[in-house]
Amino acid sequence: MGQSKLHVLKGIDLEIKAGEMVSVMGASGSGKSTLLNILGILDNYDYGEYHLDGTAIRKLNERKAAALRNQLLGFVFQSFNLISFKNAMENVALPLYYQKVSRKKRNLIAMEYLERMGLREWAHHLPNELSGGQKQRIAIARALITKPKVILADEPTGALDSVTSLEMMDILQEINRTGITMVIVTHEHDIAARTQKIIRITDGMITEIVQN
Amino acid sequence: MFELDKWQEIFSTVKKNQLRTFLTGFSVAWGIFMLVVLLGSGKGLENGVAEQFKGGATNGVWITSGVTSMKYKGLKSGRNIKFTNEDYNSLNTSVKGHDHISARLFLGNNLTSYKNQYGSFFISPCHPDYGYIKEIELLQGRFVNNIDIRDFRKVAVIGEKVKSALFKGKDTVAMGKYITVNGVLFKVVGIFRDFSRNDNEQKRIYIPISTAQRIFNGDNVIQQIAFTTGVATPEQATTMVENTKSLLSRRHTYDIKDERAVEVWNKNEDVKRFTALFAGIRLFIWIIGIGTIIAGVVGVSNIMMIVVKERTKEIGVRKALGATPSSIIGLILQEAIVITGFSGYVGLVLGIGLLELVSSKMPVTDFFKNPEADFSIAMGATILLTVAGAVAGFIPAMNAAKVRPVDALRDE
Repeated sequence: MGQSKLHVLKGIDLEIKAGEMVSVMGASGSGKSTLLNILGILDNYDYGEYHLDGTAIRKLNERKAAALRNQLLGFVFQSFNLISFKNAMENVALPLYYQKVSRKKRNLIAMEYLERMGLREWAHHLPNELSGGQKQRIAIARALITKPKVILADEPTGALDSVTSLEMMDILQEINRTGITMVIVTHEHDIAARTQKIIRITDGMITEIVQN
Repeated sequence: MFELDKWQEIFSTVKKNQLRTFLTGFSVAWGIFMLVVLLGSGKGLENGVAEQFKGGATNGVWITSGVTSMKYKGLKSGRNIKFTNEDYNSLNTSVKGHDHISARLFLGNNLTSYKNQYGSFFISPCHPDYGYIKEIELLQGRFVNNIDIRDFRKVAVIGEKVKSALFKGKDTVAMGKYITVNGVLFKVVGIFRDFSRNDNEQKRIYIPISTAQRIFNGDNVIQQIAFTTGVATPEQATTMVENTKSLLSRRHTYDIKDERAVEVWNKNEDVKRFTALFAGIRLFIWIIGIGTIIAGVVGVSNIMMIVVKERTKEIGVRKALGATPSSIIGLILQEAIVITGFSGYVGLVLGIGLLELVSSKMPVTDFFKNPEADFSIAMGATILLTVAGAVAGFIPAMNAAKVRPVDALRDE
């Protein structure tokens, strides 16, 4: 099952500068998610080079990859991917658990980030007691807690209504202004329009880079 | 690896999946419970039979004269074989390897009295060594000794029950008193207890065989010779018995194959037989026990496989957030270990509880006594099962560590 090789991306030549906010657009199957997974060190690539914050990312062992993900990257997913049996605070604090931060300390930090997202009073609720927008804000807080260099967002507004989507973009823009690089995969034009650079991918190749 | 966080993780998943956890735990607890009960029952059976063996050295040989049942060298069958003191002496010198030997005479029950208390007790004349052969425990005084034999002394070593029957009321001190056996006065020099559970063994009176021969049958006749085979192995003991049999058949001219002429009870043989039997039972119990445990391990492994499947997405999230493969393995393994360890312990406690209940409430029967599970074995089994649980959880855990976040997080 799935052992046959499929070349999804062919010739991607791209530089994203520190502090940039870019969006990746393309039809489904165009390879935009694969690109995001490679950028997020969640997937391997066959040929080429990828440098993240000055480090060459190539055939890393799992432990090293995990450490880099933990320190440099924050993820925001379309379906939030919160852990269902953990409350909001615990979800936000989870990345710090893998940095061996003590429970008390990381919960304290998590509360700060929840505060920034305006969710302090929801800290002890389980994800299924929260709305989609609230869940995504928790996911963003979780992505931010390790002070990453880059946030990778895969269709962050895909599961949200238009009003909430706009709120979410406000938050992401605000985060970007603090100096964190932001890569957003989306197929919505109004979302892409709010980024500085739009990278359009068709059939695994970059067909257009638009500066906004 | 065992910090508070992981414990909380485990308890939260366990709480979320109560039925699943219960079923896994149940199969493990049941396995240990069965093993403990089986081991305990086996031990109970063994204790019961060991009890039957008490009241006589396990390496004792008893040879009793009988009546021939085969014609031999022109002599007809149906002859009485009569052992004499010469047989005793001859055996004592020619059969090598015995450490205690005694001749015996059966006088049957005799009227015995002390003052106005009467009773009928089994009078058993013997040599001093018989105390060792019968493994008699002396409560007071001494057993028959060599000077008693040499001087034909009228002394008696009486059983606990004899003492309690004859010495009643104010007159409870038996030592040094004179009892009347079949009209002859004997001085009580010792009181004994027999380990045998047979009551009749406690209602005996041992007297010196030389005295008995002189007083009661005026002859040198004896009816039984008993000896212990010392440090001989069961095989060597068999050879000793064979030598004894051929010696006696030559002395009394009867066919050595005639089992009625001289009856031999070699306790070594019984011990050997029961040792083999118990080895068999123990093997059987272990096979069943290990089978039950394997079933438990398979159950745990199965459940852990499902756990990993169910938690694939969660594991993917954790890996995206920086979980290393070893931390994922630790998480899954620890859950497996906690479930098996805890349920194994519950099974252990229940099993031992049942055994305790049985041994305190059940009436003592001849072949079952004190069912007890060797606690270290039961503990070892629980640890084994916990390790097995870890092994059972290991393959699913390895699979979990290999989960690629991309696949896990892909939206269906």
